[in-house]
Amino acid sequence: MKYIDEYRNPEKVKSLLREIRSIVTQNWVIMEICGGQTHAFLHHGLDAMLPPQIELVHGPGCPVCVTPLEQIDKAVVIASRPDVIFTSYGDMLRVPGSTKDLFSVRANGGDVRVVYSPLEAVQIAEANPDKEVVFFAIGFETTAPANAMAVLQAKNKNIQNFSALVSHVRVPPAMEAILSSRRNRVQAFLAAGHVCAVMGFHEYPPIAEKYRVPIVVTGFEPIDLLNGMVAAIQQLEAGRAEAENQYQRAVRFGGNESAQRTIRSVFQSVDRKWRGIGVIPQSGWSLRPDFAEFDAEIRFDVGNIFTQESPLCMAGEILQGLKKPLQCAAFGKECTPQTPLGAPMVSAEGACAAYYKYHRDVAYE
Amino acid sequence: MNEFDFEGYTCPVPLRPNEAVILGHGSGGTLSRDLLRRLFLPELGQAAPRALDDSAVVEIDGQRFALTTDSHVVSPLFFPGGDIGRLAICGTVNDLAMVGAKPTALTCGFVLEEGLSFDVLQRVVASMQAAAEEAGVYIAAGDTKVVQKGGADRLFINTSGIGRIADGVNISGANAQEGDVVIVSGTIGDHGIAVLSAREDLGFETMLESDVAPLNHLVEAMLAVGEIHVLRDPTRGGLATSLVEISEQSNVTIEIEEETLPFKPAVRAACEMLGFDPLFVANEGKLVAFVKAGDAEKILDAMKKTKYGEESAIIGRVIGFGKSQVRMRTAIGGTRLVDMLPGEMLPRIC
Repeated sequence: MKYIDEYRNPEKVKSLLREIRSIVTQNWVIMEICGGQTHAFLHHGLDAMLPPQIELVHGPGCPVCVTPLEQIDKAVVIASRPDVIFTSYGDMLRVPGSTKDLFSVRANGGDVRVVYSPLEAVQIAEANPDKEVVFFAIGFETTAPANAMAVLQAKNKNIQNFSALVSHVRVPPAMEAILSSRRNRVQAFLAAGHVCAVMGFHEYPPIAEKYRVPIVVTGFEPIDLLNGMVAAIQQLEAGRAEAENQYQRAVRFGGNESAQRTIRSVFQSVDRKWRGIGVIPQSGWSLRPDFAEFDAEIRFDVGNIFTQESPLCMAGEILQGLKKPLQCAAFGKECTPQTPLGAPMVSAEGACAAYYKYHRDVAYE
Repeated sequence: MNEFDFEGYTCPVPLRPNEAVILGHGSGGTLSRDLLRRLFLPELGQAAPRALDDSAVVEIDGQRFALTTDSHVVSPLFFPGGDIGRLAICGTVNDLAMVGAKPTALTCGFVLEEGLSFDVLQRVVASMQAAAEEAGVYIAAGDTKVVQKGGADRLFINTSGIGRIADGVNISGANAQEGDVVIVSGTIGDHGIAVLSAREDLGFETMLESDVAPLNHLVEAMLAVGEIHVLRDPTRGGLATSLVEISEQSNVTIEIEEETLPFKPAVRAACEMLGFDPLFVANEGKLVAFVKAGDAEKILDAMKKTKYGEESAIIGRVIGFGKSQVRMRTAIGGTRLVDMLPGEMLPRIC
C-alpha cells in the first residue's frame, strides 16, 4: 500500500537499526510522547529490536488515558438523561468512570452513539430537533480543529440543541511538567507527529533549550520511528539539545495555521486535570465565553462534579514514563482490557493495553 | 514553570464488572467467551464436551453427526456481496463443515418486525434458496414469529443444521499438534469491512464485497487429499480470535508470519484509516486449517483449485506444545503476541 509499505521496508529497518547500534555509546532514556507511537513500536515488535542501551518510556499522549475521571462521570450523568443523544469517539465508551462506563449507560437504555467525526454529531442534532445532542470533545491538538469546527457550525447554523463536553489537552505543557519533575528520567523526546502537523513545532525550541533535551518531531511508521531515534541519539551523543523535524512529509515549523485559527476562535487556554497526573497549568482548552451556550457543563449543570482518583493503580507513574506496565503488580491479573483498573489499559493507544496485547508473554516468562 | 511534583497522583478506580449484557458480549472475542464460561456452560453445557467447536458432534447408534445453530442479526440486511439470507445459510453450513461433516439439512426460524416489506423478505428468501442449492443442502423445517414495531430490527434469522461425519474424520479445535502447518483459504477481513462500508453513517465507500460463501465443497476437497486436524471459520472476532481459541483448546504455541497473511488492499487501507486490526475483522467465507506438515502442500494445491480457495496461503505453524500462545513474526522482523478481540471493535480517536 502506497505511503505505508515504503515506511515498513524490512531492509531499511535493518539498516537503521545498524546505524543506531553504530552511534550509541552509552545508555539513553527516550520518551515517545504519543500513544499511537507506543502502539506502533509494540505492534511491529520494534521495541525489542532496539539495542539494550536505549530505554523507551511511553509518554502521556493517549487522549483517552488522560481524560480525568470527573469528565467521564459528567459524561455518564449527561448520557443517562432520556432527552439526550450522547455522541463520542469510540474509544471513550469503555473508559471506567467512578461508577460505570458509557457502554453500560447504553446497555441501560441511554442513547450513546459512536461517531467518526464531530461534524456527524452536528448532523444528528439537526436531524433530531426534539433531543439534546452532546458531543464528548476530548483529545489533543489533533482532534481540536475538527471539534472546534463542529461548535462553529452549530453556531453558524443556529443549532440550539447541540452542545459539547470539552476536555481538551495540549502536549507542550505536559512535556514541561515531565521535564520539571524531580523524578524525571527522560533525556530526549520523540514528539507526536500528528499533533505537530496541526500545531507545528515552534513551541519546542525554547523547551529543548531550557531543559537541555533533544526533541525530534516523529511519525508513526517503523521507518519514521527509527529515523526519529537516530536523530535523537545523534543529538544526545553529541551533547546537542535542539528541536528538529523527522516527519517532514506532514509537519511544517508553523503547522496548519488555518486549523490553529479555528482552534483559537473557539477555545481558550485553561488549567486542566490529567487523569493519573494531576492539574497541569494552562495545559488544556475549554470553550471561550462567547461559545458558552454550547458548553454542556453549563447546559446540564454538571460543572460541580469533582471526583477523587483512588490510589489503586500506578497509571500516573506509567503516564510519566517512571514505570513500565510490566512493573505493575496488577498488570495482566486484576487489570486487563476487560477489567481495566486504569485508563492506560483501556484505550487502543494506552501503554498498558499495548503491553497486554503484544508483550504480555514477557511478564510470564 | 515551577518544579512539578507528580508524587501522590495515582490512577483510576476499578471498573465494576458489567451487570448487564453489553454489545461487546456479542463480538465473538473475550467478552463473548466470558459470557459462555460464566453463564451458559455451567448451566447448559454439561452434556457437550465439544461445545467450543463450531459444531457439536453427536453420536447416535454409532454414527457421528454434527449439529449446530446460529442466529443472524446483520445490519444492513443487504450489503455488497451478500445479504442476511445468504449469510444465514452459509454460516450454518460452514459451522458443520468445520468439524468435517457433510451438511445435509437446515432449519430456519424467522423473527420479523411488523412493517417489514414483502419485497425485502422475498429477496432474502430467494437468496437463502440460492445459497442452499450452491451448498447442496435443503431447508427441512422452518418457523415464523412476528414482533411488534420496535421489537426487532426488521429481520432476524436463526438457522440450525445437521450433517454426517465420515468415519476416520476427526477434526476439532483441540487437535492441533506440534509441527502442524496453518493455512487460510483466502484474503482476510473482507466481510467485516464490506459490511462496515455499507453502513450509511460511515462516510467511506469501497468496491469491496463480502466473502460470504459456503465452504463445504472446499472442505471436501481438502479431506480427500490429506490429514486435517483443525478447521475453523474465523467469523466474529476474526482470524486472531480463532487462532487464540485453537491455541487454548489444543494447548499449543502458534507462530504466524505477518508477510504471508493475504489481505485485499482495500481492507488494509480501511483498517489503517480506522485503526482496526484486520486480524480482528470478521470473515464469512474463509477458513483456517491446521494440517499435518507432510500433507500441507497437497492440501494447499487442492484448496487453490476450488472456487473459494484460490487465494489460499500458508501463514504459519504450530511451534510448541504445553503453552497456549499465538505469536507473530512481524514484516519488519520483530515478534509480538496476537490476542483475541477484547470487546467491540472501536475506531481510534486520532
